[in-house]
Amino acid sequence: MPCVADWLNNPFSIVQGIFAQNVPNSDWEKKVTEYFKEKLKENNATNWVPSLNDVPVHYLKPNSLVKFRCMVQDMFDPEFYMGVYETVDPNTNARVLHFGKYRDVAECGPQQEIDLNSSQTVTSERQTFYCVPVPGESAWSVVVLNLQFYAYTSASQARVSPSTSYTPSRHKRSYEEDEDMDLHPSKQKEQHMGNSRSGGDIHGCVEPKRLETEASAGHHLISPNCSPPLDLNFPLPGEKGPACLVKVYESWDSFKVNDVLEVYGILSVDPVLSIVNNEERDSSALDPMECMDTAEEQRVHSPPASLVPRIHVILAQKLQHINPLLPACLNEEESKTCEYRNLAPLFVSNFMSELSPVRAELLGFLTHALLGDSLAAEYLILHLISTVYARRDVLPLGKFTVNLSGCPRNSIFTEHIYRIIQQLVPASYRLQMTIENMNHSRFIPHKDYAANRLVSGVLQLASNTSLVVDETQLEQGQLDTTGVHNVTALGNLITWQKVDYDFNYHQMEFPCNINVLITSEGRSLLPSDCQVHLQPQIIPPNMEEYMNSLLTAVLPSVLNKFRIYLSLLRLLDYSISDEVTKAVEEDFVEMRKNDPESITADDLHRTLLVARFLSLSAGQTTLSRERWLRAKQLEALRKARLQQQKCVNGNEL
Amino acid sequence: YLGPPPAALRRFRRRLRACLCLAAQDARSPPSQKRRTEDSTSTGDLQPMPTSPPADLQSPSGPDALFSSPPQFRHAAIPLDFDISSPLTYGTPSSRVEGTPRSGVRGTPVRQRPDLGSARKARQVDLHSDGLAEDVVATEQSLGQKLVIWGTDVNVASCKEKFQRFLQCFIDPLAKEDEDIGLDLNEPRYMQRLEEINMVGEPFLNVNCDHLRSFDENLYRQLICYPQEVIPTFDMAVNEIFFDRYPDSILEHQIQVRPYNALKTRNMRSLNPEDIDQLITISGMVIRSSQLIPEMQEAFFKCQVCAFTTRVEIDRGRIAEPSVCKNCNTTHSMALIHNRSMFSDKQMIKLQESPEDMPAGQTPHTVALFAHNDLVDKVQPGDRVNVTGIYRAVPIRVNPRISNVKSVYKTHIDVIHYRKTDAKRLHGVDEETEQKMFTEERVEMLKELSKKADIYERLSSALAPSIYEHEDIKKGILLQLFGGSRKDFTRTGRGNFRAEINILLCGDPGTSKSQLLQYVYNLVPRGQYTSGKGSSAVGLTAYVMKDPETRQLVLQTGALVLSDNGICCIDEFDKMNESTRSVLHEVMEQQTLSIAKAGIICQLNARTSILAAANPIESQWNPKKTTIENIQLPHTLLSRFDLIFLMLDPRDEAYDRRLARHLVSLYYRSEEKMEEEYMDMAVLRDYIAYARSYVNPRLSEEASQALIEAYVDMRKIGSGRGMVSAYPRQLESLIRLAEAHAKVRFSEKVETIDVEEAKRLHREALKQSATDPRTGIVDISILTTGMSATARKRKEELAQALRKLIQSKGKTPALKYQQLFDDLRAQSDTAVTKEMFEEALRALADDDFLTVTGKTVRLL
Repeated sequence: MPCVADWLNNPFSIVQGIFAQNVPNSDWEKKVTEYFKEKLKENNATNWVPSLNDVPVHYLKPNSLVKFRCMVQDMFDPEFYMGVYETVDPNTNARVLHFGKYRDVAECGPQQEIDLNSSQTVTSERQTFYCVPVPGESAWSVVVLNLQFYAYTSASQARVSPSTSYTPSRHKRSYEEDEDMDLHPSKQKEQHMGNSRSGGDIHGCVEPKRLETEASAGHHLISPNCSPPLDLNFPLPGEKGPACLVKVYESWDSFKVNDVLEVYGILSVDPVLSIVNNEERDSSALDPMECMDTAEEQRVHSPPASLVPRIHVILAQKLQHINPLLPACLNEEESKTCEYRNLAPLFVSNFMSELSPVRAELLGFLTHALLGDSLAAEYLILHLISTVYARRDVLPLGKFTVNLSGCPRNSIFTEHIYRIIQQLVPASYRLQMTIENMNHSRFIPHKDYAANRLVSGVLQLASNTSLVVDETQLEQGQLDTTGVHNVTALGNLITWQKVDYDFNYHQMEFPCNINVLITSEGRSLLPSDCQVHLQPQIIPPNMEEYMNSLLTAVLPSVLNKFRIYLSLLRLLDYSISDEVTKAVEEDFVEMRKNDPESITADDLHRTLLVARFLSLSAGQTTLSRERWLRAKQLEALRKARLQQQKCVNGNEL
Repeated sequence: YLGPPPAALRRFRRRLRACLCLAAQDARSPPSQKRRTEDSTSTGDLQPMPTSPPADLQSPSGPDALFSSPPQFRHAAIPLDFDISSPLTYGTPSSRVEGTPRSGVRGTPVRQRPDLGSARKARQVDLHSDGLAEDVVATEQSLGQKLVIWGTDVNVASCKEKFQRFLQCFIDPLAKEDEDIGLDLNEPRYMQRLEEINMVGEPFLNVNCDHLRSFDENLYRQLICYPQEVIPTFDMAVNEIFFDRYPDSILEHQIQVRPYNALKTRNMRSLNPEDIDQLITISGMVIRSSQLIPEMQEAFFKCQVCAFTTRVEIDRGRIAEPSVCKNCNTTHSMALIHNRSMFSDKQMIKLQESPEDMPAGQTPHTVALFAHNDLVDKVQPGDRVNVTGIYRAVPIRVNPRISNVKSVYKTHIDVIHYRKTDAKRLHGVDEETEQKMFTEERVEMLKELSKKADIYERLSSALAPSIYEHEDIKKGILLQLFGGSRKDFTRTGRGNFRAEINILLCGDPGTSKSQLLQYVYNLVPRGQYTSGKGSSAVGLTAYVMKDPETRQLVLQTGALVLSDNGICCIDEFDKMNESTRSVLHEVMEQQTLSIAKAGIICQLNARTSILAAANPIESQWNPKKTTIENIQLPHTLLSRFDLIFLMLDPRDEAYDRRLARHLVSLYYRSEEKMEEEYMDMAVLRDYIAYARSYVNPRLSEEASQALIEAYVDMRKIGSGRGMVSAYPRQLESLIRLAEAHAKVRFSEKVETIDVEEAKRLHREALKQSATDPRTGIVDISILTTGMSATARKRKEELAQALRKLIQSKGKTPALKYQQLFDDLRAQSDTAVTKEMFEEALRALADDDFLTVTGKTVRLL
């Protein structure tokens, strides 16, 4: 029986074993997946598997088991490979069967040759996905994952080092120490800001580890052909992290572009793969069979393995959410197959019991952040737990785009609001709507037919990413064609929750689920579901200091609770009883009677949305009469504010 | 070295497949089933391969003459060289000398078919020579009938004979006239094609695999499974027949058969390893094509020492350079002479899945195509094509010096036949692609559905279920989706009658107009969605641009042309500027677009229905004004809309209540529940597509009578008040609507009920949009002249009153404007607004009675 280290460090030996036992029939493949599934179910074994998100590729052992949390950015064509092949020794004529699954190269011994004409050869099919780390993933989420991994690896007796040579500095810390560190968030922040994928540049301190990655990446870029650096195609500018070619062997039809996956598979960084490229490029002039692809396509589809490693997937699972503080799957049915079988319901019920204090605390926190405006804070909570839960024909239900108007112009306020949101949600991005940005950045992903890949754009984001659009940055000026397209795309995203990817000859729409928050001075030029005008109660003399102290004041454990709160409530179900339906009907009819001009179906839509999120934010899964009234009250307050604002503006004019 | 094609592997797989095919056949035919069981008892796991079915059935010893067990087979299959009538010699240089013993064939050079791969030696196996079959005495069978090409069950002679019979006898029972212009449908179809080849001199014969299948199922199967062997056989057969008939014909090279429409695969996504080396047909869009690549077919070598020359053919993509001169035995003396070698053209093309075939949320797949010789440059990027070809997989070598092989195969398709699916778009309706979509069960299901009495209501409620009520509007849009019947009066000089129905939605903001448009846009395959605010005239029509690479002028089509045969949804129609709107005039009635720009003068088809949405001019509907006044659109444009619907906020308690209930339900019901209730969008889409392509209703006698009556009624209403109010355009609208309604029922005849519904809908729409706000009477003249009859009367009266007033003032050359206005107001018994007064002045000015300059009115 292979020991623990085996299935982690040398999964091929396991596969070979199973393969050898079952070779004549083809169910060895099923047995392999079952074996690894079982292994990973064992007490938190998933945490032992080194993650590609975290450990630089060159520290990981080739052909070992790794995990990778990623978003499917592009899908390449399916490829046919030799599932089973036979080698023959020309001297002894001895024939050996091998499996080609989970491999890029059909290997054979020094004295052997592959018999391409063998009758035993089985041709199979697999699909390649180009995956990138979840765009805009928050620094804290990565940190939490790291902590989990190192906590388990250091605590376990059968300690498995992710690789032979790499011992990260944090590795030596015990879990307790980490907890301890959590108590000093400023220290923690400094430590991890380098990890931040966006907006972390203020601190400017880059961890040594990152430097190493960059250095090594840079090295590969310069060598050997001096070709321009490969664009790794991250949706958001300035992102770093491993991109990966993920080879999927089963049910690839169930995965979609922009899905967030967690894959467990065998890492392949065979340097031969890089040789393949060079060879092909050189010989392409000679061999007509191999000049099918342009050099550009070659570069993109088979980049050097050291830069874009391959993962041969044994297990892949779609993630409902990317918050590492929550169990991976919370659904009843799904959790049956999930390793956290017993944990999920317990976790939820535990958390639900202390929901209201958390909500109160969060409200207080956000009220402070929004300069004492509790109404805006209330709406911000509703916005943060909103999610598209269904689509009726073309109409997405459950989107709740908030336009926070009245933000002070040209101040760091919006930036800090974003930093706070970044601390709360697992993935976020701040889009600065400057004329230049709108005219020059790539919003809509488009297909590059020369390289045969989908070139990513800012709007290619995973589900439930928070997109903070900062309109206060916008000056008067001229939008060019790209700019107009970008603004239209942004508008479509908000209204229909879909992005039309540009395939040159046609467009294709990809539904998405992105929470958009627009900060603006007056009413935004973008459409929104609801506009809240900010009414600051306090004007801090030094915004920077005020905001920083706000973040440092909140305990990390509390911060974690906020994070769980926001992610968890999004996943809850919701219903309205017949009784309340009646009441709502009555209400609506009544309102229309009194004021037919200003109350429209849209208002009812919005109030229902507010009611929905209001109930959910209190952990209630049905609408009660009180919540409905509260929702109406909130709406009334909000509207009064807008009215008031209009009057003020009118007077000024 | 490691040669690319794993030939034996392929053959082996092929054999297995042949057995599978057999097994499949067996399931259908009991006699062979019996045979099979007999066999399996005696011969083990590998199933026997029949020679040719007729021979098999006749001969009791047939099954026994086959191979028995696999290992033995592999060793025993040392081929005998049989040259008679075998494709062995086909396409090799030697055949150029020998040829077939016919003069015509000999005179015409053979051209290699790189699309079938290099002329690989297809070995035939004589089943008799198999050592294991020796104990069986097969006396009755002739030698020829037992020859099969190794690894297949193809018998060359019988295959050839069958194909010749097919060519000579096949008459397509389902042929439609428009498909084959100039063909006599009662004569063998392909013989006429051969005659065409003789006349035109294009040595290619396109064969529809569907025809072949209906003629001989087994031959079809062989073609699909072993195209590489069967197509050369077909070529041979065709040439024999052709040169038999037209011995004096001179062709560039021998005729090549190009099968198309193999039903094996339609979708790129469904390609899998089993399709390798089979004949497949897939559809897709060309996204990239390479430069022309010259590929060496035959190398010419010359000895440097003794000038001895030799030719070497390409074998699996390689040329084996002779190392020794056969003549003088000098080593390494042979040099390649380039300009005497033979090359063929080759092109790499990338084909991408068509957007319709793609599952939501995935990116399209691509596949590489290799086109050879004549097919090079036949397609351009952007073309939608159906490609028939052979699917290939080739292993990739890591390095010639390393024995490791990359475990991935490269796949491509060798193109045999292209068929552009959008080629006809400029000429006629492309029915081809849409027809193929439906399986028989689907058609049954749709027909079943069409028989339901409430199908019309069902469909209309399935349309955008999330949008509440507006039943009539949905019905109108439904009819628009179906469209009327296309009528061609070109011969009588009236040109095409428009079959498309145009609809204008007009109403308050927030009445889900955009949502309806979005829904329709998502529903129809060729829909376009534009916003009036953002689109320019060129964006809608077409523009000419210079390709930066080739410096060629290219016509880029706009939304209207792109939505040919579809629906163009235009949101914010009112915000569109005047010049842009004016291009719609031609589209909406003539259904064409004329372009004269940068030296390109052309007329493009734009048979598109237009679904437009407009907001009232004051953004909120003013009930005191007419539609015209509310939308402020030129009435020339308005009259081109068949239906104009108002979407108004009803402000009615019962409505509010229902609306509230509907909205609340949106917010808690799960998605599955919603879907149960309504018809699936896919079903609706199929239903419409089916009706559009198959149902062409014609007016029945009663229906035309009813239409005449309806029209006369409409005219009467107008004539009663002394003016014409209904125009032939309205009659045409009625006909279209009635036809569309008949299509909903899948009825080939327009009946009275269709006319009734058309009338009702027309009236409903009119009632809303053409009601004279002052009298409450429906008045079509509002649409046609922009003014209601009463308003016109009133205006005239006022002008007359003003004239009298001025005349009564005597001979004053100039009058004060304000003074006149006040006088008129004092005199008139109804309220006279300033606008009305100005209008009256303008009317008088038009009559050259007076002129208005500033604040004074001068008499003329």
